[in-house]
Amino acid sequence: MSTTHSNGPVPIPVFDVCDVTYRYREVMALNHLSLAVKPGRRVVLLGANGSGKSTLLRILNGLCFPNQGTVRFCGKPLTEENIQNDGFGLDFRRRVGLVFQNPDVQLFSPTVFDEVAFGPLQLRWPEDQVRRRIEETLGMMEITHLKERSPHHLSMGEKKRVALASVLVLDPEILLLDEPTAALDPKSASHMIDFLVRARGGSKTIVTTTHDLDITEDIADDCFVFHEGRIVAGGPPAQILGDVPLLKRTNLLHSHLHAHKSGEVHTHSHLHPHEH
Amino acid sequence: MATGNHGGKRGFLERTTASFVDALEHAFYAEQTARADGLLQRLDARVKLVGILALILPAAAGRRFAVIGGLFAVAVVLAALSHVSFSVLLKRVWIAVLLFTGVIALPAPFVTPGQVVYHLPWLGWTVTSQGLTSAGYLVLRAETAATLCVLLVLTTPWNHVLKALRVLRVPAVLVTILGMTYRYLFLVLQSAHDMFESRRSRMVGELTGRERRRVAAASAGVLMSKTFDISSEVYLAMQSRGYRGDVSILDEFQVRRFDWIMLAGFSLISAAAFWLGR
Repeated sequence: MSTTHSNGPVPIPVFDVCDVTYRYREVMALNHLSLAVKPGRRVVLLGANGSGKSTLLRILNGLCFPNQGTVRFCGKPLTEENIQNDGFGLDFRRRVGLVFQNPDVQLFSPTVFDEVAFGPLQLRWPEDQVRRRIEETLGMMEITHLKERSPHHLSMGEKKRVALASVLVLDPEILLLDEPTAALDPKSASHMIDFLVRARGGSKTIVTTTHDLDITEDIADDCFVFHEGRIVAGGPPAQILGDVPLLKRTNLLHSHLHAHKSGEVHTHSHLHPHEH
Repeated sequence: MATGNHGGKRGFLERTTASFVDALEHAFYAEQTARADGLLQRLDARVKLVGILALILPAAAGRRFAVIGGLFAVAVVLAALSHVSFSVLLKRVWIAVLLFTGVIALPAPFVTPGQVVYHLPWLGWTVTSQGLTSAGYLVLRAETAATLCVLLVLTTPWNHVLKALRVLRVPAVLVTILGMTYRYLFLVLQSAHDMFESRRSRMVGELTGRERRRVAAASAGVLMSKTFDISSEVYLAMQSRGYRGDVSILDEFQVRRFDWIMLAGFSLISAAAFWLGR
């Protein structure tokens, strides 16, 4: 899908968010926010807790709708009425998947197998196709051995992988990931990061929220910084990560005490780079 | 999860925490037993559900002690062949049911008219043969039915029990609600356990009655609020994956020759028990 432009065809954004405001009672979660997500890009939304990232993901997933402003999905208005419509709604759910920050809310079925089967069954896929896709997805996520297990017996890392599998089983073109590495041990986090790194190359559009600066450069093509419900900066990850005053102002960069072997203790701002 | 030895008299928080742990342990035991390699575990869940129901019905309707006792013996044999621990049955079923139905059946020997077999000293109350018989029937029927029900639950993963309910034409939406209730019961139980543990870790000594009531009320409030939050989030997560009010479930059962043989066995025993116990 594209429109013509003086420099050639310009792809229609997957999501075009225009002047969106969203309030939770008196709390302003999104404040006149505008953003465009281009197809095939890996977009990272950086922001401290409570900056409005998760709210935006829910709006992009058609789970809540702005008080003001518009959201378009591939050029079509993403409204409650359109989502209720069988044609648009089923196509949208098939093409856009959201992985929630807390996997416990996403894993509501009695077993991992049932969990992964839930989405395809709701989208009325034929049973043999559902079974085939489940096997493929469980294999791809290396969780086939968990398929008969109940979610409450899984570790946090396993739950996150099952939650991701429950969305990937639909092979969505657009993935929305809310804090995918939050509360994970280093090994589970590295599994998740590997998945996001492998996803580069334009086959999927991925929007990830995080406040983990260490992983941003690996998993992002474009980066937006959130602060108090607004986007205060956007650009390539290297440019954003190099802007220390911006990161400090938006509470993404912090200072804390450091103890050294020599016994010296001092304070300075820093990132926590991972091992290569 | 181990309860550990608290030693001495346990306080309100310790007892509450221990009861949460017990509930989780029971569920864990049930799931372990359901995955053991026993006779009932090898059966298709639908066959097992229908078969167990076929044994419960004549036990409830039977009018002969020998027949109901025979069905109880069948349940005990099935338990042994399915590696279900007798001590678990004794503690969780037989004693519990005896106490519960015993209380209900207690007045029967005294109030049922019939042939007097005993006079209670001092009180002068009479115990009748017919009263003892009806109390005996109540207890034996309840013990047999409860043992068979517990065998079904202990030898079948919960998700299979739910799916097998579809055989009885239970609507998919109800089966899904039951499944989600079971799933989130653990989450709420774990939250409650963590809350009580964290309170315990910050206090010394025993709470007064008033403080206990305040802790219980506050905890119930927090849990209620958490439950509301979780339920709205779960609904969004379901919507996100295409839920539009109708629920579909994949049935994965396969009935093999062994299942047909066992079903025939259950049917024969059930028919014989109905015939002999009429």
